[in-house]
Amino acid sequence: MNHDILLFLVVVFSAALIAVPITTRLGLGSVIGYLVAGLIIGPEGLKLISNPENILHLAEFGVVLLLFMIGLELNPKNLWKLRRSIFGLGTIQVVLTACAACLLLTAIGWDLGPSLVAGLGFSMSSTAIVMQIVGERGIKNTTVGKSSFSVLLFQDISVVPIMVLVSLLAVDEVSKGPEINPIAAILSIIGIIVGGRYLSRPIFRWVAGTKSREVSLALALLIVVGISYIMTLVGLSMALGAFLAGVILAESEYRHELEANIEPFKGILLGLFFLAVGMGIKITILLASPLQLLGLVTGLIVLKIVLLSLIARFFEVEGRDRLLLGILLSQGGEFAFVLFSSALNSKIISPELAALLNGAVTVSMLTTPLLLILYDRWAKKCAIDDAKPENDKISNDGHPVIIAGFGRMGQIIARLLHLNKFSTTIIDHSPDNIERVRRFGFKAYYGDATQLALLEAAGIQDAKLFVIAIDDRERIIEMVDIARSHFPNIPILARAFDRNHAYELLKRNVTYFERETFGSALNMGESALKILGIHPFKAHRTALHFKRYDAELIQKQFAVHTDEKEVISTSRAAREQLEKLFMEDSILFADNSSSNWD
Amino acid sequence: MSKKIVVIFAHHNFTDSRIQRSLLNGISNLQNVEIRDLYKLYPDYFIDAKKEQSALAAADLIVFQHPINWYSSPAILKEWQDIVLEYGYAYGEKGTALKGKDFLQVVSTGGGKEVYQPTGNNRFKIEEFLRPFEATAYLCGIVYHKPFVVHQAYRISDQELKERTKDYVSLLKSYIENGNTALDPLNTHIL
Repeated sequence: MNHDILLFLVVVFSAALIAVPITTRLGLGSVIGYLVAGLIIGPEGLKLISNPENILHLAEFGVVLLLFMIGLELNPKNLWKLRRSIFGLGTIQVVLTACAACLLLTAIGWDLGPSLVAGLGFSMSSTAIVMQIVGERGIKNTTVGKSSFSVLLFQDISVVPIMVLVSLLAVDEVSKGPEINPIAAILSIIGIIVGGRYLSRPIFRWVAGTKSREVSLALALLIVVGISYIMTLVGLSMALGAFLAGVILAESEYRHELEANIEPFKGILLGLFFLAVGMGIKITILLASPLQLLGLVTGLIVLKIVLLSLIARFFEVEGRDRLLLGILLSQGGEFAFVLFSSALNSKIISPELAALLNGAVTVSMLTTPLLLILYDRWAKKCAIDDAKPENDKISNDGHPVIIAGFGRMGQIIARLLHLNKFSTTIIDHSPDNIERVRRFGFKAYYGDATQLALLEAAGIQDAKLFVIAIDDRERIIEMVDIARSHFPNIPILARAFDRNHAYELLKRNVTYFERETFGSALNMGESALKILGIHPFKAHRTALHFKRYDAELIQKQFAVHTDEKEVISTSRAAREQLEKLFMEDSILFADNSSSNWD
Repeated sequence: MSKKIVVIFAHHNFTDSRIQRSLLNGISNLQNVEIRDLYKLYPDYFIDAKKEQSALAAADLIVFQHPINWYSSPAILKEWQDIVLEYGYAYGEKGTALKGKDFLQVVSTGGGKEVYQPTGNNRFKIEEFLRPFEATAYLCGIVYHKPFVVHQAYRISDQELKERTKDYVSLLKSYIENGNTALDPLNTHIL
């Protein structure tokens, strides 16, 4: 049994490893890669995996994590701002699509029950696919990104009533929809809100105090799993509960830490989810009635694109963006699978029809990335024709400056920026510091800024400046390497410990750096000169002169600096360097302050 | 009642100065005279306007003492005017804080009196180079008096410098006792 699991994991990861890079390289996005990989290794392909349903069950948890993370990015205030598009755009989309599809299907001779089930299923879109694409395209904060999110959110909310509706349609009494205990449901939602508000902060602080990554990871997973469990107990959707928890924790200063912890799990489980969907594609049944499948898929996609583009007109989505929104949400969603299998159990639809409907939804998932490529080509052409480029409606959610480290250096930098109205995001690994920062009204997050995921969660991709002020020379270099390799364009201002550390930074093209004690040493030198009777203005100019001279010297020495000196921390090498500095000082430093006026 | 004097002093290389050092040393122990050495107080040019204004408030006579650098004052004295003589303080509707105070400029020049003539190398009289100060004083309602000038900074003999220093000291002493009758009015007709 152990071997089976290992073999399964080997197959799954290898498939992902091979297929995903190929499709992303081809510009198709990762979703298609997973779907195709699933198809290949699944029961209809190489038969390496035989029971995709079990995997799908586990992988649905990826969608739960996704919703949790979406919630984390939306605090209650932002959610309230979206109410119009969630309940307006969302309701109209679901109702219109379901009704139109149902009408069309009865018109071509289907029974009412199957038509309605198909219509409702088709009205859903895939949160996993759309949010993945929205994230990959970086349009999360645009009107299209927000609208698509609103629609998806409403679809998630409407899952519950739809399931109830399907259970009412049931032909025989065996079936029943999810059992919802209204009192328990309301109580558990209140519990999540209250717990998230008042319990989470002390718990997070306590866990952060243990300084163990594993413990905070366990806490993050416990929150999501625990809430999902409670939700299934009371018959609500796991994804909805996770989303709610995310929204409440969105205001917590530990939000970025949570995001960073959950992110890798979400990625893997979502990948698994797409794989499972790919494995579930029943090619043999689909090939038996290709025309029907083609008709269904085409009808589904065209109907959704047309309806959404039309509705979007009334929700401040402009021009080409309406079509983009339509295409983004044109596929069937993962919830359709759940709905169809429930309808199958209730004998509303036949197994063949279920396979056909599932097939249509799956194929429509495959087509979304392809349609987007076509859209991009077309939009690009239009954009050139337009002469003037459209304004991106990116709202100011991002933060211009990220400061890693809120110790003696970071604090002063942050205060200066704050005074000049720059909003800053602070990352620090000491709970005490975070607590202090928050009291002064800064945005501050607990975490280890050498984690790429945390930097991304803090919004480094939108930042104008990345200040590294932490108290650890190796970590500073690590951070520079991470930032440089993933975000080559962001300016970095780094704390340097000494000359050799400065060389390390220069080697990495970090031109903005300050040696941490240089400024105060210079000030002390100036004070010493003054106390010794040198005129203050002369002392000041000498210090400034020295500063300029030393900065030039660093550049000069860096040019001839050889790699064997890189490991210089030995005291002998440091002493040699000091001797050399004193020698060069006496030769190169000429205080040429003018003396030609009496 | 004896009058009070504030001397706003600017010399960017005081260490190597001869004339200005002699003049400043001469008045440095006088009662009722406060000396504000700008390059010493603000080596980073970051002048504290409020501090300077309260020093001015206590004084009846404001003295600008400095060498003439490129036909004007050293840079920090210009910065001092820009920062300290604010709208609403020194000029403008409610800017009457300095109104009625006396003003004396004490300057040293490298050239002799003869080069500060229409026919000399500098082509203008020293009073003409100092017009911006005169106009500033006028706008602030300050009474501008005839400047105290020490020429020939590089050639003046020790004896002569001693004399001029004595003149300067007794001028300030006389102001402290008698007020502005001690100062010569600026006779614009001779310009």
